[in-house]
Amino acid sequence: MSNFNKAIILVGGPSRGTRFRPLSLDLPKPLFEVAGHPLIWHPLCAIAKVPSIKEVILIGYYDESVFAPSIRTWALGFPNLKISYLREYTALGTAGGLYHFRDAILKGNPKRIFVLNADVCCSFPLKEMLEVFEEKEAEAVLLGTRVQGDAAQRFGCIVSDAVTQKVRHYVEKPEGHISNLINCGVYLFSSSVFSLIRTAMDAKADRLASDPTIDPTDGDSSSVLRLEQDILGPLADSRRFFVYETRDFWRQIKTAGSAVPANALYLTKAWQSGSEELAKPSANIVPPVYIHPTATVDPTAKLGPNVSIGPNAVIGAGARIKDSIVLEEAEIKHDACVLYSIIGWQSKVGAWSRVEGTPMAVTEHSTTVVKNGVKVQSVSILSRECKVGDEVRVWNCVCLPYKELKRDVTNEVIM
Amino acid sequence: MKALILVGGFGTRLRPLTLTLPKPLVEFGNRPMILHQVEALAAAGVTDIVLAVNYRPEVMINVLKKYEEQYGVKITFSVETEPLGTAGPLKLAEEILGKDDTPFFVLNSDVICEYPFKELAAFHRAHGQEGTIVVTKVDEPSKYGVVVHKPDHPSRIDRFVEKPVEFVGNRINAGIYILNPSVLSRIELRPTSIEQETFPAIVRDGQLHSFDLEGFWMDVGQPKDFLTGTCLYLSSLAKKNSKLLTPSSESFVHGGNVLIDPSAKIGKNCRIGPNVTIGPNVVIGDGVRLQRCVILESSRIKDHAWIKSTIVGWNSTVGKWARLENVTVLGDDVTVADEVYVNGGCVLPHKTIKANIDIPAIIM
Repeated sequence: MSNFNKAIILVGGPSRGTRFRPLSLDLPKPLFEVAGHPLIWHPLCAIAKVPSIKEVILIGYYDESVFAPSIRTWALGFPNLKISYLREYTALGTAGGLYHFRDAILKGNPKRIFVLNADVCCSFPLKEMLEVFEEKEAEAVLLGTRVQGDAAQRFGCIVSDAVTQKVRHYVEKPEGHISNLINCGVYLFSSSVFSLIRTAMDAKADRLASDPTIDPTDGDSSSVLRLEQDILGPLADSRRFFVYETRDFWRQIKTAGSAVPANALYLTKAWQSGSEELAKPSANIVPPVYIHPTATVDPTAKLGPNVSIGPNAVIGAGARIKDSIVLEEAEIKHDACVLYSIIGWQSKVGAWSRVEGTPMAVTEHSTTVVKNGVKVQSVSILSRECKVGDEVRVWNCVCLPYKELKRDVTNEVIM
Repeated sequence: MKALILVGGFGTRLRPLTLTLPKPLVEFGNRPMILHQVEALAAAGVTDIVLAVNYRPEVMINVLKKYEEQYGVKITFSVETEPLGTAGPLKLAEEILGKDDTPFFVLNSDVICEYPFKELAAFHRAHGQEGTIVVTKVDEPSKYGVVVHKPDHPSRIDRFVEKPVEFVGNRINAGIYILNPSVLSRIELRPTSIEQETFPAIVRDGQLHSFDLEGFWMDVGQPKDFLTGTCLYLSSLAKKNSKLLTPSSESFVHGGNVLIDPSAKIGKNCRIGPNVTIGPNVVIGDGVRLQRCVILESSRIKDHAWIKSTIVGWNSTVGKWARLENVTVLGDDVTVADEVYVNGGCVLPHKTIKANIDIPAIIM
């Protein structure tokens, strides 16, 4: 068998990722830019740093045209990687999709296969996962991370052997406390993974057949197979699955608001690795800050930390931007203040206005706050071509595209 | 002539400002409230002024001594050992108010208007009866005590109707009176109300008249009304083309009604107004937006701050990109950190605000 590896990035589709609305109304979530690059660029970049990975396949059910221009760009940026997109025509579940495209994936006999969910923001310690894989002669290595408090119950929980790191038990979104070690959605499998999936498919088919409450013509057929619930859960104990526990950052990107912490984490990573792309620190630049070369930022505006300014954006005199993403061609007028917010493409924020979200600790793994007994988005979001009038305050609001805000608004979704 | 100003107690309604200065000394339109009154009284020929107070702060004695010389008046403190209401203090000061046969003025220290003392005295002398109360017209008389006239007389008062349900008129007691010394014999030295007890008795004898106030009127005893009163006062200055106001030709003036002490410094690219007062030695940074607010002495508003419907107390600092609104009141020496939002915060002296105040709250 050859000794090269492949990587699969599961990108989902337009009918998924609805929680990323309103930003996904205009753009597929994987192409939304944080820290100056599309979300999916960040794992690609990590993949490109592992020499043994020669090929990346994106699997999803977006139209082919969605990723074609980006793939052409990435081909130039990552010349050593062959990048392609495979489209599922029916949603087969994460494992079902992999199985469906097994021939394409196994072409050339890769030794190991990385599987990454596109909605994960982390440092992607792929080399470390490979080392564990080799050392343990594993069938699979899962990336895991520890979270605080009740947050674990929102994810897949892993119980592992404290000495060997072998996975002993796996439960997706448990009702009670199982473990605070959670599944990061980044996996490394041996190429024999497809026989595991086959086994799981058969097992599921048997289960469904023997369950009289299930209508076999329902959508949930045995070909819809999820990596987490149908593979990792049932097989965890009986197989050589190991967990590599990262101490580095990790964050899921589900809601649109989670783009703000993702932006902060990727910017921090870029800053710590001495990236040349970031703006040079100064009295008015509190690092890390990314400013696209075509953006215009007045020297009296104060930016950062954790700010990304998109292409052709215009930032006026005396503006203040912190923990925020300003997208392409947006304009922030003079003396305006933008905190914990996302300013959509071609949106305009008026002079002395204030667009503000509620600061949240990255470790909280949540993008909502409860105010007056009502759950509201912690990050304020303006979608495409929204307009905030001069001196108006927008606070914990989500504003759908093409809306104009002339009065102060708080804790609202503006349709 | 003589006058009595009803100052009363600790001015708790105007806290946190009155934790630092007695209410009569809090600057309204950049001058202590009482100075507006002393000046108007002196201009009308008053030589004896009695301040009816529950307590006598040192700081007030010193300030008023200065005014005595400046305006050629004699100011006496009349200190109540127990609160005597609105009429009792008159009796307590009988020695001064009744020293001759000339009538005396009475005014509530919270009331701000274009004091018409000369015209009031002339009107009072003309009708020759015991008392005249100044009345002002309001839109919603149902919240006040309304004055009703005799059907056969334009100024003689027939009765008072407290918080009328049905419309009986829209003239209310403005808290400014001129009374003959004979009224003093109608008052006993005990806690008693001039509105509830003394006036109805004079009305029964047909001896009380009303005098219509021209222009604005406001009881500025609490922060919200203090701001409204400031707007009215500045508008009246504008109407008179007062030289005190900063001319609209200044690039930063927006919408007029801006009163800035000459010692204050204003940064570049500010937009200030309408209805703003800026006290002595205040420093306003660059790109600051101020409207409907009062910035008291020696405060500092840093670059790009946005302030509306707010009183910034003395020696306070408002941080860069801070946003203050919805009747926020900062006491003396308060600091609001950069980028902080304060919605209706009432902040006691010497506090530092580092996190947003999202809903109106008192910060102890």
